[in-house]
Amino acid sequence: MPAKVTGAGASSSSAPLTVPAPRPPIIAGTLYRGREGMWSWVLHRITGVAIYFFLLVHILDTALVRISPEAYNVVIESYKTPIMGLGELALVGAIGFHALNGLRIILIDFWGVGTRRHRALFYGVLGLWAVLMIGFAPRHLMNVFGG
Amino acid sequence: MTTIDAPRSPYARTRRGLNLEKWGWIYMRASGVVLVVLIFGHLFVNLVAGEGVKQIDFAFVAGKLSDPFWQVWDTLLLWLALIHGANGMRTLVNDYVTKPRVRGILLGALVASTAVLLILGTLVIYTFDPCPAGADPALVASFCADL
Repeated sequence: MPAKVTGAGASSSSAPLTVPAPRPPIIAGTLYRGREGMWSWVLHRITGVAIYFFLLVHILDTALVRISPEAYNVVIESYKTPIMGLGELALVGAIGFHALNGLRIILIDFWGVGTRRHRALFYGVLGLWAVLMIGFAPRHLMNVFGG
Repeated sequence: MTTIDAPRSPYARTRRGLNLEKWGWIYMRASGVVLVVLIFGHLFVNLVAGEGVKQIDFAFVAGKLSDPFWQVWDTLLLWLALIHGANGMRTLVNDYVTKPRVRGILLGALVASTAVLLILGTLVIYTFDPCPAGADPALVASFCADL
């Protein structure tokens, strides 16, 4: 049975509880809304849904290898067009963010420092993501648009 | 006089046995870490190494899927990613769909599509013939000529 506390000041705890003074709100009304925590959550959801629907299509298009070489090649050719090439860049960008932010979530869940430094970790995610995309984008765009 | 629970007192367990929500939570993190490795490897081999997206055709896939290493890699990718994605979509459906009937239909569709694609994808990987009889020799892998 959980212990019951009756009224104020009836706690058996010896250490006095100090209530921190409320910080002045940076954005009026909430500490969470509009900040790094919210945007990482929003981006994680949007990229997750986008990747999920690509995955459904990707399993089906790869399954065409079981039909015939011609059937597979016709469909995969469409992945090499300029528009789909840009789509692949967006897809890799979405996967890169979802992967890095997922690792950030794991650090927040299992590492004490992760919770305290979740904002710094978010900027770390953005930084690593930028490095990843600077490495991938030129290579991929050369493959798509180069002769 | 009001009676409240002491802060940080353990909550009363009302259900015993397997906690599926907990295991879903653990699954997202465990599969996520593995997927970071599997997907980044998949993207590197298919989109960065060689000629990138331009190299992908039936013969390229046949070369990969006739190697047990890539068979296991792609099987893990299929199962871990699709279940990870479907469980993520389940979270979104539970968050945003308030009508019980619509939610039931969507969750049912998620389970059904996931089961169909897992069976389809696994069958494709393990019943795939890289050198189908009567196929155009120009479209299949070079090792088919040696058979």
